[in-house]
Amino acid sequence: MDEAFLETKKLHRFFGGLHAVNDVSFAVRRDTITALIGPNGAGKTTLFNLIAGTIPPHGGEVHFGGRPITGWKPHAIASRGIARTFQTTKLFLQMTVLENVMVGRHPRTRSGFVAGMLNLPWTWREHAEIEAKAMAILEDLGLSQYAGQTAANLPFGRQRVVEFARALATEPTLLLLDEPAAGLNIYETQELSELILRIRDRGVTCLVVEHDMSLVMNISDDVVVLDQGQKIAEGPPRTIQRHPDVIRIYLGENHVEDPQS
Amino acid sequence: MGGRRYIPIIVATLLIVAGQPVLWAIARPYYMTQITMSAYYALVVIGLCLLMGYAGQVSLGHAGFFAIGGYTSAVLTTCNLLARQNEVPITCFRSLGLLVERQDLYGQAMLCFSPWAAFVAALLLTAGIAFLIGLPVIRLKGHYLAMATLGFGLIIYRIVLGAPVFGQADGISNVPPFELFAGLEVNGRPPYRVQNYYIAWAAVLAAMLLAINLVHSRVGRALRSIHQNEEAAHSLGVNTFQYKLSTFVLSAVFAAVGGALLTHYNGSIGPSEVTVMKSVRYVSIVAVGGMANLWGALVMAIALNVLSLRGNFGTYDDAVFGMILIVIMLFAPQGLLRMPNLRWISTWFSRRSYG
Repeated sequence: MDEAFLETKKLHRFFGGLHAVNDVSFAVRRDTITALIGPNGAGKTTLFNLIAGTIPPHGGEVHFGGRPITGWKPHAIASRGIARTFQTTKLFLQMTVLENVMVGRHPRTRSGFVAGMLNLPWTWREHAEIEAKAMAILEDLGLSQYAGQTAANLPFGRQRVVEFARALATEPTLLLLDEPAAGLNIYETQELSELILRIRDRGVTCLVVEHDMSLVMNISDDVVVLDQGQKIAEGPPRTIQRHPDVIRIYLGENHVEDPQS
Repeated sequence: MGGRRYIPIIVATLLIVAGQPVLWAIARPYYMTQITMSAYYALVVIGLCLLMGYAGQVSLGHAGFFAIGGYTSAVLTTCNLLARQNEVPITCFRSLGLLVERQDLYGQAMLCFSPWAAFVAALLLTAGIAFLIGLPVIRLKGHYLAMATLGFGLIIYRIVLGAPVFGQADGISNVPPFELFAGLEVNGRPPYRVQNYYIAWAAVLAAMLLAINLVHSRVGRALRSIHQNEEAAHSLGVNTFQYKLSTFVLSAVFAAVGGALLTHYNGSIGPSEVTVMKSVRYVSIVAVGGMANLWGALVMAIALNVLSLRGNFGTYDDAVFGMILIVIMLFAPQGLLRMPNLRWISTWFSRRSYG
């Protein structure tokens, strides 16, 4: 149970002279929520992009489910069971909410150009299945009344949830959430944390980049702290809260408790 | 499934069949010739509409693919292999039934590739070239992709203009008719006018059927998702590069079908089919039709090409299409039928379909 589900080994990534991710090794245990925190510019999103395959690493490895996925393209990684959401939601704005989620079924379905152009009968069954699964996910997340609406017309908070639905439609075993609470009000954040816990309880491991500390400390099983591209701490939330280096980067030198006193 | 999307096809078929007696009644049967030619140009537009409107990738080189289709058909059906008939590849082709013997204008015996063999070769060659060009080029985005495909179109134009095998500035003439089956042939002579009207429309409606099915399929949904947010599509398991490349090749093949059939219909092809302005023309027709609107593109392709072929634009022919492109981009980038005061037409016409 404790063996690593997702593991990065000595990951490196440069942007010009900037060492955005510097020798980062960490592990995510199966069926847990792991939070990735750190100040702005710490390299959290870059690390996410390295795991999701959006950009290739300049060194190191990523292992998922015991197998290397280093340097794979995003679509291949999605097919292996890693889904993600984005810091700024990236919905297909001119498509309906239902269609957005239907695109999420892409890696679990297979009809191609020829079958599509000829409208072969077996694709009808596949289409019905895609639609039913997408609808079920929308219902589950309380979005079914928006199914036929154009995604662009939804309020921001709902768009976030649609992005969740779309990611879940790929049937991931690992979900990467990039600042899911950004721009949400306190009630929406509360709903969100319940949603993330629910997703975890269904066997989807979650890795969350988040600035909202109350959210992080409430829901995560493990916390990884990055600063200036390097991992500076890793452990359960209670330990991290008292970790001197973490307090130093968040609050400054003077707030570190003197162990003697 | 999704039977509703086929209603416009039935309506179009009825209009086409009704069009024939109407043209006779108004004593303009020769309009059929321009409509037939426009239908072949419409094949290019349908393919380009898939690429631009759905996958969101621009191409300013589609006249090049049209030309590769047309010139391949023309060269293979007019080259005389009689002098080399005992050489090994020629005897092989002959035993495979790819060659036909015929007589040229002056009654001289000729040994050429059959139009069917030439047609298949033209499509395969176009697909191959589109694949090789697309491999590096389709990774580019926006203006860069437009410039790269423009460059490709220019290269094809210069090759056609410079190479003796393509007849240089004269092009290739005396391309034989294309005997399809059951006595039908792609032939531009007046006695064949009516059957060619229907042959061309059959090709267009078949292409529309394939295209409409595609945009409603899982692949069509993936293409639209790439168009709207490529990074998100990629993260959801859509192999964006492969899908863009496949659509590029597919649309090139549509263009090649149009090029090959029109070459047989006209009996010739020349460098004027390969100019950059032809590519601009196809792009402007897709734009004025509404980008992601196959029926809009088809209607505009027929209407504008018939006007152009009948000489209604006079010496301003190319300028008209350039102006159309500028005006559409400025005032109605979503296409004419998507303008607020005209939107009812497109909703009435295509209902809930994306076609």
